[in-house]
Amino acid sequence: MSADAPETTAVDLDPNLIASRVDGGRITDNILYFARLLRAAGLPVGPQKTVLATKAVLTAGVESPNVLYWALHACFVSHPSEHEIFDQAFHLYWRDPGYLEQMLSLMLPKSPGGSTDESSKELSRRLREQLFSDHEPEATREEDRIEMDAAETWSASEVFRQKDFEQMSAEELRQARQAIERMTLMMEEILTRRHAPANKGERLDQRRMLREVASKGPEFLLPRFKRRTTKRPPLVVLADISGSMDGYARMILHFLHALTNARDRVHSFLFGTRLTNVTRALKNKDADIAVAKVGGEVTDWSGGTRIGHSLKEFNRLWARRVLGQNATVLLITDGLDREGGEGLEQAVRRLRASSRRLIWLNPLFRYDDYAPIAAGARILARYAGETRACHNLASLEDLAIALSARRPASANMGRRAA
Amino acid sequence: MAPLPTSVSETKELLAQGRYLAGEALSTSVYLSLKLQRPLFLEGEAGVGKTEIAKVLAEVLDRPLVRLQCYEGLDLSSAAYEWNYSRQLLHIRAAEAAHERADLATIEHDIYSETYLLKRPLLQALELSKEGQAPVLLVDELDRSDEPFEAFLLELLADYQITIPELGPVRASEPPITILTSNRTREVHDAVRRRCFYHWIDFPGAAREKAILELKVPYASKELTRQLVDFVQSLRQMDLYKNPGIAESINWAQALTTLNCVALEPETVDSTLGTLLKYQDDISRIRGSEAAQLLDKLKSETREAAPADGAA
Repeated sequence: MSADAPETTAVDLDPNLIASRVDGGRITDNILYFARLLRAAGLPVGPQKTVLATKAVLTAGVESPNVLYWALHACFVSHPSEHEIFDQAFHLYWRDPGYLEQMLSLMLPKSPGGSTDESSKELSRRLREQLFSDHEPEATREEDRIEMDAAETWSASEVFRQKDFEQMSAEELRQARQAIERMTLMMEEILTRRHAPANKGERLDQRRMLREVASKGPEFLLPRFKRRTTKRPPLVVLADISGSMDGYARMILHFLHALTNARDRVHSFLFGTRLTNVTRALKNKDADIAVAKVGGEVTDWSGGTRIGHSLKEFNRLWARRVLGQNATVLLITDGLDREGGEGLEQAVRRLRASSRRLIWLNPLFRYDDYAPIAAGARILARYAGETRACHNLASLEDLAIALSARRPASANMGRRAA
Repeated sequence: MAPLPTSVSETKELLAQGRYLAGEALSTSVYLSLKLQRPLFLEGEAGVGKTEIAKVLAEVLDRPLVRLQCYEGLDLSSAAYEWNYSRQLLHIRAAEAAHERADLATIEHDIYSETYLLKRPLLQALELSKEGQAPVLLVDELDRSDEPFEAFLLELLADYQITIPELGPVRASEPPITILTSNRTREVHDAVRRRCFYHWIDFPGAAREKAILELKVPYASKELTRQLVDFVQSLRQMDLYKNPGIAESINWAQALTTLNCVALEPETVDSTLGTLLKYQDDISRIRGSEAAQLLDKLKSETREAAPADGAA
């Protein structure tokens, strides 16, 4: 076959460079160093993979640079997102191993300053970000320090719970954050197709019965039961962090952090003008570090909103991957869209169709006479299964309870009786 | 059983014999997986030929194909083995009726023998291997199963063995050729990935897609194949909700030749679009003017390219 797909044309290496490092047993050393480079760049490369890679290269041979590339690729890359980093690292390393020493020296703690700028100038941007990303959150954390200028330091609990996040002082916000971290977030459970032994149930556990007969004798043939187990469905949160949501963004992040750490299978996305997946950043146990990390990853804080575009992006890139197993979707936005709801209807309809439960959280629901009039809000109101408020602690607590209820409560719970 | 290939290029040729056109990348992964006896984990969009490769391997290497289709709730008793409870009970009843005061150990030994074991795909694959007929084991759409099942697979993937508590481990001396596929409807756990060679199958480039179509639908006219490939390739640039895969291209080519088309026309594209695109949103977007425009563009590009070809 004469034609090669683009995937292979990406690798155009000078065969001589490769061949020259094969002789004299240096290939194993080189693979070892290459593995270290990959590890430094953030790929999960352990000794097992390195050994495997060595075996693979010795098996596949180096009949062409492409074979070496793909043999190493098959061993070291185990996720599509790792391909890019591998690709750049491969080109860097196998073209000019001199870079390796440069980079390893950069990774030593003593030289974070002067030499960095000069020698890393030519490193490809992506790899450099991976290599030095560890140092960056420090800076962001400084900025995020909250000033303790609270005039009022004590609030009665109930008043506090009802107070709008937007009107809280710095100290109150801190207390609110702590309250959120303490929240227990239950989640409704759905039946799975697996079974567990039970005292009574609808099905006979024949395997258990037989085992008893075999060990105790035929007269011990007694009914034993099993029943279907339940498990919590995945939760996907899509949160708006545009300018109009400014007062709530921080609280929402803490809420997301609490959710992420309380249970498995929570996926979080933030959007303003573009969509960012912040699931990994929020997995950090420490809320402040997690929020700071998110701050570093998201570039469109407090800007405009393109809800339609962001949801479409989510549908196209993520929906199939994270909504697969009966996911519940929380959409946190005020529905104020810069583009007047363009493309929103299609995107929301698709989102509704591919999720088991779509809950719209809107801080504007705090106003009793709020009606979704803006174009975006009107569309969201039509497709969301439930709508709720999310402007104070009490409403977040309500939400936590709602999530644990088996059946969706009636819509528009957020509008609290006047 | 045919012998295994001994180099990457041989692997490529072997796959080509099975009418599967693989690039160097995929051939390398397949070769390594065969040679180092490690499972191969394939990910990619639907319809790019993940499942096909297992079928082709089984065919060209002359081995049986054992297929396990995954689904949510797939468990041990449908994937690996199950005891035949009713027969076991009958056996006990029969022993009672015969008034043999057979001791418990004998009964236990009797009812937990292989006679009462129902073998499901995974165990079947190991059994075949034990008989010297190492099959191709295809675990299809692993992402559809749930996490507990993945955990169960780990023992099989790492050691090619399944432990049945009542019988002990069943182990394959020559492991089956194991292929796992996933469409990424959820991320498969790292523990599974770590035990496999990994390869992401991408959509093919225009030239390879054309070669594949010529191989799979040889009776389609040259002109039709060329236009069809260009059309599909440009569709993939258009941010559709679901991009058409190779399988869809092949289906479309077959559909068009059945309708006796020799070249793409806007009307035929409109009426057969359902074989290519599977979501109503995508179809309504492309159908009509968009498809006509795309065709016009392709045709004008060809016209521009044609004189240049003539000159060269």
